[in-house]
Amino acid sequence: MRYLDEYRDPTLARGLLAAIHTVTSKPWTLMEVCGGQTHTIVRQGIDELLPAGIRMIHGPGCPVCVTPLELIDKALAIAGRPEVILTSYGDMLRVPGTSTDLLAMRARGSDVRVVYSPLDAVRIAVEHPDREVVFFAVGFETTAPANAMAVLRAHALGLPNFSVLVSHVLVPPAMTTLLDAPDCQVQAFLAAGHVCAVMGWTQYEPLSERYRVPIVVTGFEPLDILEGILMAVRQLEEGRAEVENQYVRAVHRAGNIAAQDAIRRVFTVRDRMWRGIGTIPMSGFAFTDEFTDYDAETRFAVAGLTTREHPACIAGNILTGTRLPTDCAAYGTVCTPRTPLGAPMVSTEGTCAAFHNAGRTQTGRTQTGRTQTGRTQTGRTQTGALSTTVASSS
Amino acid sequence: MTATDLTSTDLTGASCPLPLTETERVMLGHGSGGQLSAELLRDVLLPALGAGTGTGTTHGVPEDAALLDIDGTPVVMSTDSFVVSPVFFPGGDIGSLAVHGTVNDLAMMGATPLALAVAYVIEEGFALADLRRVTASLGAAAAAVGVPVVTGDTKVVGRGAADGIFVTTTGIGRRLPGARVSAGFARSGDVVVLSGPIGAHGSAILSAREGLGFESDIASDSRPLHRLVTAMVASGGRGIHAMRDPTRGGVASALNEIAAASRVGIEIAENAVPVPPMVAAACDLFGLDPLHVANEGCLVAVIAPDVADAVLTAMRSLPEGRHATRLGEVVATHPGRVVMRTLLGGTRIVDMLIGEQLPRIC
Repeated sequence: MRYLDEYRDPTLARGLLAAIHTVTSKPWTLMEVCGGQTHTIVRQGIDELLPAGIRMIHGPGCPVCVTPLELIDKALAIAGRPEVILTSYGDMLRVPGTSTDLLAMRARGSDVRVVYSPLDAVRIAVEHPDREVVFFAVGFETTAPANAMAVLRAHALGLPNFSVLVSHVLVPPAMTTLLDAPDCQVQAFLAAGHVCAVMGWTQYEPLSERYRVPIVVTGFEPLDILEGILMAVRQLEEGRAEVENQYVRAVHRAGNIAAQDAIRRVFTVRDRMWRGIGTIPMSGFAFTDEFTDYDAETRFAVAGLTTREHPACIAGNILTGTRLPTDCAAYGTVCTPRTPLGAPMVSTEGTCAAFHNAGRTQTGRTQTGRTQTGRTQTGRTQTGALSTTVASSS
Repeated sequence: MTATDLTSTDLTGASCPLPLTETERVMLGHGSGGQLSAELLRDVLLPALGAGTGTGTTHGVPEDAALLDIDGTPVVMSTDSFVVSPVFFPGGDIGSLAVHGTVNDLAMMGATPLALAVAYVIEEGFALADLRRVTASLGAAAAAVGVPVVTGDTKVVGRGAADGIFVTTTGIGRRLPGARVSAGFARSGDVVVLSGPIGAHGSAILSAREGLGFESDIASDSRPLHRLVTAMVASGGRGIHAMRDPTRGGVASALNEIAAASRVGIEIAENAVPVPPMVAAACDLFGLDPLHVANEGCLVAVIAPDVADAVLTAMRSLPEGRHATRLGEVVATHPGRVVMRTLLGGTRIVDMLIGEQLPRIC
């Protein structure tokens, strides 16, 4: 397949791996920011193939995981109203709220639908003028333009029965929070390519300069990740700290101006709560005054919610990086992708699910019996991050 | 888990009996062919139906069809309901699919079909022209296989009580001489074989499904596999240890079921998995794993190494097996687990699908 197979070529991958091995002279700790990158790393077993000293830490870039429990409970309350058709992406439907999840609501009669685009939700609103159609919008800057376009489309159509429950978070403030943590071990970042395709990378330049940290805008295919790692390690080895762009086929410095305009018209930046991390200043989107009519939170004043995380779930520690999934008593026993207690076990981009799907167990061995020699438990104190595996498989 | 197991004191790995609300009602995911389906069978259906009486399951894993001994004659029996939406899709329709699905379930136990029974549940208002078209297709598919439809039933329910038409087919078959096949017969050292490219059926349904905005020229691979199995058994005999048609839940579920039933590990290579480019594109767009996508015209087989080449040659001599390929091997390590060597040389666990992927795929 053009534009895809090229970025999965095993021969080219071996070349990049060899280059990483050649360039690496000492241990380095890198963080891939985005859950999509984590997914590729775990699916392809890339972390097993890196030099023993290169440690990949999973960043907080899984939007499903950082969506606050209160907002999920709001979605559940809204979905429970008979006039509502609640729409969202598939992963969001399985995230447990305080007492239930959206799929279980659907089995009990709520009208909950999976959509692949917010514009599908707008279409549903057009087709069902007698119903209230709510789109539960989660995501980073990547999905914000599409959600903004959906609102602009509904506005142009004069749709009175469409609204959006917004849970948009922003990457640079989260990176700042990580870097400000006194025990931060991250020495270089792979920034999320899709986020930068929209926003460009100018926001990362002051970060790189101020914290002396290399940031490589990186794509999501195996070769993208490997090349991003190579570029980051090269910077570290050469003592440079710059913003570099690996994802040249999709990203340029200024980003997508038209997309940014759409975002700016519909959304404004404000403080946001991150599940497990807490409130990060100016780290998310809310509606601008012009479009507050489309805010599902105000349209359906949901009051009297008492949120409670499952007592056995340490999702907060997972997301802040103070614990590993394998430190959790519930991991792999009570809590599995089949019966998730917390969001990181739900999304394929979540750290617990990534660990579980790769067969990683409490003993630090994979269930395939391979020993992960370089795997250390020292990674558990990193803020906002997790160590997965640093071993090359013997 | 049987009552006997519960009396043992070893609770290692046991789950806390949390009052999870989703277990109180049937979810769409219970019909996905993945983990939830397996749990429904294990916890609700098999215990009530006298599981363990000797037919139909191996180590708790259901076979695709039951092997009966009728006065010394081995007879294979299987039944399947079809609820696919849309009723007509590229490469087939619910009528032909209902024939192929049951014929293939019989074939996976090493049997050729003798007779089919067909039952319809039709929603009030379903167009007679569509009913004629579905039935003509079903009749033509049965005739092409050479299996008579010998009995049937028709029910009509009120508008909204069904969606168009649901079809159930039941088949009986004669076990091929020399066949000795079960999901529980895989042995370490066996070769894992796949009869052709994967993912076409699920992708075709995806592209035919309204509202997904995804168009392609992918056609379902729906077709009967009894001829292929006959050729395999003729060349491999008892060396054909296990077979599955990877329908709902895809190749991943089929391999996991064999690994669980046989208490062996399976290792496959990602670069050996034949995924057509359009299927790969669809999977990338929708975030699906091709190994989880449904098929209706291919099979995975676990074959003794000494006959594997001969069986592959026999498979490749038929159109439905032309692209037959080695996928990997059965190993003694990590029993119950399927592990894939990735394109880049890493490894990952291939797990069963959890919950629903795309409802009403077949």
